[in-house]
Amino acid sequence: MKLTLSWLRDHLETAAPLDAITETLTRIGLEVEAVADRSKALAPYVVARVLTAEPHPNADRLRVCTVDAGGPAPVQVVCGAPNARAGMTSVFASPGTYVPGKDLTLAVVNVRGVESAGMLCSEAELAVSDDHDGIIDLPADAPVGQPYADWAGLGDPLIEINLTPNRPDCTSVRGIARDLAAAGLGALRPERIVEVPGSFPCPVEVTLALDEFDRNLCPAFGLRLVRGVRNGPSPEWLQRRLASIGFRPINALVDITNFLTFDRGRPLHVFDAGKVAGSLTVRRAKAGEEILALDGRTYRLDDEIVVIADANGPESIAGVMGGEHSGCDEGTTDVLIESALWDPLNVARTGRRLGINSDARYRFERGVDPALTVPALHLAAALVIELCGGEASEIALVGAVPEREHAIDFPWHETQRLTGLDLPRAEAKVILTELGFTVAGQGEKAKVLPPSWRPDIDGKADLVEEIVRIAGLDRVAPQPLPRIAPGVAAPILTLLQKRTRLAKRALASRGFLEAVTWSFIGHADATLFGGGSRELQLANPIAADLSDMRPSLVPGLVKAAGRNADRGFGDVALFEVGQCFASDRPEGQTIRAAALRRGTARPEGAGRHWDGGARSVDAFDAKADALALLGALGVPIGGLQVVPGGPAWLHPGRSGTLRFGPKTVVGQFGELHPRTLAALDVRGPIVVVEITLDDLPLPRHRPTKMKPKLALSDFQPVRRDFAFVVGRDVAVGEVVRAAEGAERGLISGVSVFDLYQGPNVAPDKASVAIEVTLQPTDRTLTDAEIEAVSAKIVAAVAKKTGGSLRS
Amino acid sequence: MTDLQTFERDLLAEVAASPDEATLEALRVATLGKKGSVSELLKTLGRMPPDERKVQGPLINGLRDAVQAAITSRRDALAEAAMDARLASERVDVSLPVRDAPQTRGRIHPITQVVDELTAIFADMGFRVAEGPDIETDELNFTALNFPVGHPAREMHDTFFLPADGRGDRKVLRTHTSPVQVRTMRSVPPPIRVIIPGRTYRHDSDQTHTPMFHQVEGLVIDREANLANLKWVLEEFCKAFFEVDDVRMRFRPSFFPFTEPSMEVDIRCSRRGDEIRFGEGEDWLEILGCGMVHPNVLRNCGLDPDVVQGFAWGMGIDRIAMLKYGMPDLRAFFDADVRWLDHYGFRPLDMPTLLGGLTG
Repeated sequence: MKLTLSWLRDHLETAAPLDAITETLTRIGLEVEAVADRSKALAPYVVARVLTAEPHPNADRLRVCTVDAGGPAPVQVVCGAPNARAGMTSVFASPGTYVPGKDLTLAVVNVRGVESAGMLCSEAELAVSDDHDGIIDLPADAPVGQPYADWAGLGDPLIEINLTPNRPDCTSVRGIARDLAAAGLGALRPERIVEVPGSFPCPVEVTLALDEFDRNLCPAFGLRLVRGVRNGPSPEWLQRRLASIGFRPINALVDITNFLTFDRGRPLHVFDAGKVAGSLTVRRAKAGEEILALDGRTYRLDDEIVVIADANGPESIAGVMGGEHSGCDEGTTDVLIESALWDPLNVARTGRRLGINSDARYRFERGVDPALTVPALHLAAALVIELCGGEASEIALVGAVPEREHAIDFPWHETQRLTGLDLPRAEAKVILTELGFTVAGQGEKAKVLPPSWRPDIDGKADLVEEIVRIAGLDRVAPQPLPRIAPGVAAPILTLLQKRTRLAKRALASRGFLEAVTWSFIGHADATLFGGGSRELQLANPIAADLSDMRPSLVPGLVKAAGRNADRGFGDVALFEVGQCFASDRPEGQTIRAAALRRGTARPEGAGRHWDGGARSVDAFDAKADALALLGALGVPIGGLQVVPGGPAWLHPGRSGTLRFGPKTVVGQFGELHPRTLAALDVRGPIVVVEITLDDLPLPRHRPTKMKPKLALSDFQPVRRDFAFVVGRDVAVGEVVRAAEGAERGLISGVSVFDLYQGPNVAPDKASVAIEVTLQPTDRTLTDAEIEAVSAKIVAAVAKKTGGSLRS
Repeated sequence: MTDLQTFERDLLAEVAASPDEATLEALRVATLGKKGSVSELLKTLGRMPPDERKVQGPLINGLRDAVQAAITSRRDALAEAAMDARLASERVDVSLPVRDAPQTRGRIHPITQVVDELTAIFADMGFRVAEGPDIETDELNFTALNFPVGHPAREMHDTFFLPADGRGDRKVLRTHTSPVQVRTMRSVPPPIRVIIPGRTYRHDSDQTHTPMFHQVEGLVIDREANLANLKWVLEEFCKAFFEVDDVRMRFRPSFFPFTEPSMEVDIRCSRRGDEIRFGEGEDWLEILGCGMVHPNVLRNCGLDPDVVQGFAWGMGIDRIAMLKYGMPDLRAFFDADVRWLDHYGFRPLDMPTLLGGLTG
């Protein structure tokens, strides 16, 4: 919403300076987005008359003009504007003037051999509009030598308000003035709407062709004719008023509607009655109907759109924009003025679908004051008769102007209850009254009736907002929020929240960089990772590769690794902890932690190093990441099983599934399948681990925080090495488990220190060397006892794996 | 010079010239050993007449002591030299570069860091962390929050929709974290104090908008929480978050469907080039929206607006991260460029706490 200071003063009697007004506007919720006070910047620009305009001797497109700018002698200026001509009145800037539209300061220059001492200006050069079609063409009576800004009203500060959608009343200068008056910045000038009586019936019939379910689309439609008008340019005051807010004056009839749109927030439409065929009908458009609108564009309509039609078809898009065909021009002699009420939702939808942002739409979609429907026809008729002459008809009103009798029971204490501000009741009452509310009743409770222009006021809380915003939010003093429970703050995070936080820190501590990637990925990628179901495909994705809710964090990380590689950073370690989607229901959403290593980004560091290195990442790096993550999260991993293989997107022979039982899979790790890399168009090697945090087992519950008693042995541990020859398909983990279980009370650890295949071992066999630690608790072991345990270990491994001691 | 003196001089010279411990030991055996030359001399003392012994005794014993002392001294010197030689041979070039520790290389994304900061601050004020699904029903994302039917935010250009189900209902990607307010109020009786950080989605992408971003909301519901408390909470938060002693805030009346009265909040700051400083200056910067929970929202959650009341606020996590830490471009947050993550990310062990200060 734009207005100027002088326009505001038409409605507000105030001596307040501009600063006070703009500060108050923002303070009461009419946020001032910009204030343009152009009087200073435009001071050097004066109205000037072009005395002569001769062709430039050395340039076809230029003219040499002599200009009377009010000085003692005419000035010679070279001008390139196509519309420069002798006798015209325009705007002149002398050397030394700063030109805001071009960001330069003028000097006396020589243009192809002719001296030019200044410039004739376009509106774009003055930065008052985008119009750079030519130099400004002023009426002949504009006063030569006077500052142009004064004449054009541009010295009038322009205020731009970022209006919230709940305030239709402030789409008018008068509404803004009312708010300011309530805020104590002056007095609202009294309303003067003089009825213009009609001297004959309105000759054009109006029909609301809407069934009972569509009544809301147009509750009321008022129309009157003014006949015998002489349309032409508006008088100077009206042209200036519109120009001051960036409107281009067109002709008096159109200018009047634009003026009332801003002055009263009441969009009207004027038809040239001579171009309207038969009667007018308000109806839904028919699919395929078209209209050439006033913006010069043709719109295709359908039955979601309401139009005003005559015998020839749609003449106007209801509440949005009129049609070119029946528009008013210089030849108009009989004008139909329309003042209607339209459904805000329908207007909003129509405007959005057709892509029209008109001033009418802006107001109707917020909700215009229904009570002004008929008075607006008086205001408009009075202006038409004043500016164009003519004789007004009676008003034809179809439908009915709805009346909203919505009194609110308002306990005065409500303001303090919701805001803490204890405002004197009298002050609150004055505020509501000044805003146009009717306040009735005595004592603790009032009955408050909102004015017709405030459809946003519904209940007590709305009245509290009105009172406190006008009284001033800065009068509400901050009050500490009491704690619910006194004393030391209790822990607040859930187990999953703690694990989510820990997972991030743990992975970062292993050298990973935390990435945050899109929650949506391409359909093919989603399908590759087990997703892509219909219920998780966006109906309106913003891009084809951001179409499906991700089933896994891995594709996003792989793509990120690929982008980094393309930039020259191939050895990256990235992780993400975030949501993944198995269905569109809340329980289908899980938090996962995924970590990716590419190239040589191993835990000890990436790239070549004098100490050895540049080894490619492998599945064991990912396995180590997985175990480190589970360890950091405090997951009891005694029951963890690592099962060979994983989902199809992992290398079948270089991956493992992490689970606590056949049905409690918590994640997987390994090298990406070469086909996955090819499908994602990223080069490997890439290894990943992905763990679903929701699925991890809970920590063991303990009744106290005491740790189990530590039993330290006084006797030295004994270590023995064994080398077993086992079948090549035997998992080494089985050998370790067999050894561990051979004598539970005595064997405290088993480690694998060598693996061998080759000469001296049969081709279908492998050698596995383990070190077993025996920890006696009550005495030193004798050789015989050690031998006995060793025999048990050999027997256990043989039994579980078929392996035998290597000889 | 007597024979004895000559003998001693030669022996001592031989000790001094011993190149290593083995030669020295051989010399010790040859002189001081059972049959060594010096031992043999000592044996001659027994056969001497007393007068001669009186003279020769001290001389020969003196010789033995001198040789013994020389050998010991020489042995120490050789051991010292051997140690020096060993150390010299073991020398390494400590100028060689070592690898960075994983904890040095790793980084936490600024969004995570800021969420941890927010959590630390609000936990201290007694707030829990509430979360909810990204895929929401229209009812929870809009209707329950008092968005009138036909509100522009429901239209295609703002909201991501999922396909309609059998009944024609379409789920949405939540456009704000506010549906979690509704979920919380419907599941937990007041008093309620929660913050709600999370991912949100709008069908928007340009210089300053990304189709996915992060919000944090706060919700307080009890029997008397009012706008004065809201102001206090937000002022305390801003001071703690931006780590300044004082902060000036401006509450402007505004409009949101789910709060009434509604406000936008500006914070005083100064701008010098790209740098923004809070707690000083003459500029206002909008940082959040807030208000008293709308009576219709309370009713929609089964609460009686005449009995319970409360307030809510919301702000962009990415935005306050940019304001505090100076990242210029929102889109870079989601690009996973390792150079950006390394530069704007946080070290893994820099856990924000109130006792140590959010940024240490």
